[in-house]
Amino acid sequence: MTSMPHSTLARTRGTAFAAARLRSRSALPCSGLGLIVLIPLAGVFFKAATLGPAEIWNIVSSERVLAALKLSFGTALLAALLNAVFGLLVAWVFVRYEFPGKRLFDAAIDLPFALPTAVAGIALTALYAGNGWIGSLLEPLGLKVAYTPLGIVVALTFIGLPFVVRTVEPVLRDAEKEFEEAAASLGARRWQTIWRVILPSILPSLLTGFALAFARGVGEYGSVIFIAGNIPFVSEIAPLLIVIRLEEFNYAAATTVAATMLVVSFAMLLVINVLQAWSNRHSIRHAPTAIKEK
Amino acid sequence: MEILVNNINKHFGAFSALKNVDLTIRSGELIALLGPSGSGKTTLLRIIAGLDYADTGTVSFGGVDMAGTPLRERQIGFVFQHYALFKHMTVRENVSFGLSVLPRGKRPQKWLIADRADELLELVQLADLGDRYPHQLSGGQRQRVALARALAIEPKVLLLDEPFGALDAKVRKELRQWLRELHLQTGVTTIFVTHDQEEALELADRVVIMEKGTIAQVDTVDRVYEHPASPFVFDFMGSTNIIPASLHGRELYLDGKLVATLSGSILPGGAVDIYVRPGDLRATGEHSEGVEVMVKSVQRTGPLVRASVTLASNDQPLIVELPHLHHDVPRFREGSRLYLRLMQYSVFPSADRLASRDSVEKPTLIGRERVREALP
Repeated sequence: MTSMPHSTLARTRGTAFAAARLRSRSALPCSGLGLIVLIPLAGVFFKAATLGPAEIWNIVSSERVLAALKLSFGTALLAALLNAVFGLLVAWVFVRYEFPGKRLFDAAIDLPFALPTAVAGIALTALYAGNGWIGSLLEPLGLKVAYTPLGIVVALTFIGLPFVVRTVEPVLRDAEKEFEEAAASLGARRWQTIWRVILPSILPSLLTGFALAFARGVGEYGSVIFIAGNIPFVSEIAPLLIVIRLEEFNYAAATTVAATMLVVSFAMLLVINVLQAWSNRHSIRHAPTAIKEK
Repeated sequence: MEILVNNINKHFGAFSALKNVDLTIRSGELIALLGPSGSGKTTLLRIIAGLDYADTGTVSFGGVDMAGTPLRERQIGFVFQHYALFKHMTVRENVSFGLSVLPRGKRPQKWLIADRADELLELVQLADLGDRYPHQLSGGQRQRVALARALAIEPKVLLLDEPFGALDAKVRKELRQWLRELHLQTGVTTIFVTHDQEEALELADRVVIMEKGTIAQVDTVDRVYEHPASPFVFDFMGSTNIIPASLHGRELYLDGKLVATLSGSILPGGAVDIYVRPGDLRATGEHSEGVEVMVKSVQRTGPLVRASVTLASNDQPLIVELPHLHHDVPRFREGSRLYLRLMQYSVFPSADRLASRDSVEKPTLIGRERVREALP
C-alpha cells in the first residue's frame, strides 16, 4: 500500500467511495422494489414459462389475443394523445386565467384519481348508452359510443386527463410570462412564440404526462369493462382477456397474455423515456445552478 | 429615436402605480429610471416598451403615437432582469431568434443570420461561447447574451429592467462600464431601470427619479446630486442628516445659535429642515457658525472615519464621515463636545409644516448653500 503511487491510491479510494455511495444509495430501494415490484413481475414470467415456446407463440398469435392487445394499446395511445392535447389546454387555462369557480373546477380535475374506476365506467356507460343523456344525442348522428372501441377511448381519456394536467401545470407555471414577452419583443408572432419557445420548454413534462396517461390506459380495467361491451375481436381489452382466462383456470395462458403486455408496455415506456431524456437535455440537468444564480 | 411620454396614468386595482407622468427622452440619450421599489419605474419602462398598457396617456417614438403598435412591431430591445434567455436554445440560437422569426420575405438567409449572431457575440465578447446553452454560462455572461439578443433586431430603443440587479458587485461594475462603452458605440436611445443610485450616477446622461408613481426630478447626474428638488430626492441619493432649524431672513438658527447663513434670496421664514450629507460636516470653533454636538462613538470603516454624534439641543443622532487622514479626526473623541460646520446642505420647509398644510403641494427647496473648506 505504501509503495502505491499517489494517483492510484486516490483512484482506488475514489472508486471505493463511489461504490460505497452507490451501495448505500441503491440497497434500500432495491430490496424494497424487489419485494414489491420485481418478484410479482418475475412470477408472471415464470408462470408463463411453464408452457413451451410453441404454446406461448400459439397463445400470443391467436387472433383473439392479438385483437385484444391491439385494442388495448391502440385505445390507450389514442386516449393519451387526446389527453396530451386537452390536458395541456386545461393546464394552460388553470395557470393563465382567473375565472369564477376555478378552485372547484381545479378540484374536480383530480376526481378520476379518487373515483373507483367502476363508478366512472358505470357513469360513462349511463351517459353514452343509446338512451343516455349524451348517447341519445349522438345516436341519431350515427355515432355509437357505448359498447364500441370509441367508448373505450372515452373512458381512458376520462381516467388519464389528470395525469397530463398535473404534470404539465407546475412546469407551465414556472415558464414565466417573461419568455413570451421576450419572444414578442424580438418580433415573434404568437404562434412562433408558442411553437418555438413555450412548447419546447414544457415538452419533457408533457411527455411524462403522456407516458403516465398511456400507462394508466393500458392497465385500466374497471371503467372500460362497463362501457366496452366486451365483444371478442371488437371491444374486448387485453386485461379482460386475462381475467377470462383466469376464470377458466387457464393460469398459464393468462400469464402469457400478461407477460406480453408487460413486454410491450416496457418497450413503449422505454421509448418515451428516451424521448424525454432527449427533450430534457437542457433544462433539468442543470436546474439547481440556474435556481441558485437567480 | 426621441421618446415622448405624455400624461400616463396606470392603476393596478385600487393601487395607483403611475400618476400623470410626463417625460421627454432625447434621441441617443442614456437615461436611468431611478427609485425605490414600488415607485413605478418598472411599470413606466414596461409601458414604454408596450409590455403593459397605460390607463390614459400616450407614448410616442419619434413623433409617432405607439398606441396602435403591438410590442412585436415596436422594434424595441428589451432586456429582462432575469435575462429570460430561451433555455432550450444555444447562445447563438438565442441571439439569432429575432432574425429567424422575421416574415419569410424579410428574413435573411440562414448563413447571414449566423454571421450576424457571431458578430453580435463578438461585440459582447462571447464569440467562443456560441454553442453553449444558457445554463452553462455565468450570470454576467447570460446578461450579455440577453443584450446581444436584444441588439440583433437593430432596435430603435433599448430598454433594460434592472439589468445588473441579479449580479454580484464586481461583475456589476464591469458590466456597467461595458454598457456605457456599448452605448457610445451604438448610440441607441437607452432607458434602464435601477434602484441603485451609484449605478444611475455612473451610467446615465440624465436621471429620472421616481417617487410613488410620480416623477420627483429629471436632471443631469450632477444636478440631481447638487440641486435635489425635494427632501425625498436628497434622501434617496445618499445618506442624510436632518437638522431642524428656524429661518429668519437668510440666517438659520438652532436654539438661538446661528447655524449657517444662506447667500441667496430666500422665501418664507419659519421652521425648516436642513439636509446635510455625513461627508459635508466638519468640526469648527464655538464662536463661528455651527451646531453643537456630543460625540457618542467613532469608528473607522475602510478609508473613512464615521462618528455618531447627537445634537446637544435635542439628542437627535447625526452621522459624520471624514477621510481618515483628515486633520479634524483627532477632535472626534468619544464623549467630547464640539461644533460642526455645514459645508454643503439643502434647506426645505420642515416636515411638520408640510404635513399641516392643506394642499398636497410638493415640498420645494428654499435654499442651499455651499461653503468652501478653508485650509488649516
